[in-house]
Amino acid sequence: MLTKRIIPCLDVKDGRVVKGVNFVNLRDAGDPVELAALYDREGADELVFLDISASNEGRATMIEVVRQTAGEISIPFTVGGGISQVEDMKRILRAGADKIGINTAAIVNPDLISDGARRFGSQCIVVAVDAKFNDAWGEWEVYTHGGRKPTGIRALEWVKEAESRGAGEILLTSMDADGTKDGFDLPLTRAVSCLVGIPVIASGGAGNKEHFYDVFTEGQADAALAATIFHYKEIAVPDLKQDLKARGVEIR
Amino acid sequence: MTIAIVDYGMGNLHSVSKACERLGFKTVVTGDPAAILNASGVLLPGVGAFGDAMEHLRESGLDRVVREAAAAGKPLLGICLGMQLLFDSSEEHGDHQGLGILPGRVVRFEGGSLKVPHMGWNKLEYVNSDGPLFLGLEEGHVYFVHSYHVLPERQEDLLAVTDYGYPVTAVVGHGNVFGMQFHPEKSGEMGMSLLRNFLTFAEGGQQGQAG
Repeated sequence: MLTKRIIPCLDVKDGRVVKGVNFVNLRDAGDPVELAALYDREGADELVFLDISASNEGRATMIEVVRQTAGEISIPFTVGGGISQVEDMKRILRAGADKIGINTAAIVNPDLISDGARRFGSQCIVVAVDAKFNDAWGEWEVYTHGGRKPTGIRALEWVKEAESRGAGEILLTSMDADGTKDGFDLPLTRAVSCLVGIPVIASGGAGNKEHFYDVFTEGQADAALAATIFHYKEIAVPDLKQDLKARGVEIR
Repeated sequence: MTIAIVDYGMGNLHSVSKACERLGFKTVVTGDPAAILNASGVLLPGVGAFGDAMEHLRESGLDRVVREAAAAGKPLLGICLGMQLLFDSSEEHGDHQGLGILPGRVVRFEGGSLKVPHMGWNKLEYVNSDGPLFLGLEEGHVYFVHSYHVLPERQEDLLAVTDYGYPVTAVVGHGNVFGMQFHPEKSGEMGMSLLRNFLTFAEGGQQGQAG
């Protein structure tokens, strides 16, 4: 049986790890390569790098970070942020990343999913979806541009389309839960997990170990991602995995 | 002594070569027949489609070189698609001939409720732990990404399986030839230990320098 995966996320700007609370107020939390190696040693199952650099220089730095990281760690890792063309994907995969995360660019140009999947295989293509509950609709809406722009697209329809276009995984972030530390968005995660036949990575809202247990059981997530609580050692990865294992969750 | 990582224009070999270096083994990423035949061991990695990979191998003549290395008794390890290529044939997108170094064929996962590709961490279950690969290692989790799997013709070639609806071929071996369906270079400590065991075997039992 496949195990549930624990995935620390490293937000990287100009080659340094930062993490914002609700995507603002960035704080520096260190060197990405060093942090990645530490998480590998601690038993993280996978890593996600989100490049939030705004400049071309920052992007170029990211390629170097990817290359160094690939040489240092022995677990798979995904790189997302600012990827809008198949050529960008190629550069990052060549540098040693295992998967590519695409978000806004996939909404703007959904062919990017199909083209990427055809060229590199579905297992390389992670479609990141930022979703927020829309009271008027009574369901979730997709947001882009780091969670700032509502798209008018229904999240449940979008994940289905992403899957049919060849996405290998969905990285699902709840804008409502992100930064709150009140727990993952279980109704959203469950709704998406039940709808698609590809793995779903739940993100946003992790505050304690219980939250991970809940998202793997009630939320039916295949993987859970968090940043702040890992970076600031509020939860240690080995403790978390031990705890989940003791409670009967399939864990490496 | 050097380990040759066969470069036939398919995918990224950086992670595999770096993993070997971290374990203290010298590697060369190469498509040169002499370098492959003179190496102490050969790694055949691979990502992508079976048919494309075989075409690349044939075009460069490296199919014969890998067969020759195997026949000469050189330690050879196929990784992921590289393991599948060792066998007779694959039904991935049609019917393709493989290297035929080990007897057996590559088939798609049987339909069912489980997701394909089989992607993520799954546990190895040893079928035959006599050889050098599992030396000193308890059964552990490794990282898989694949939609097709191998059915070896000889039961004795099956060294480990993993459970994904049914027992799926995870490690094969026959004499000097081995294959791992998962990515040892992406499988944490367990993967690195398996890789170290193969490389140590390839170097004639001498331990690599800690990197």
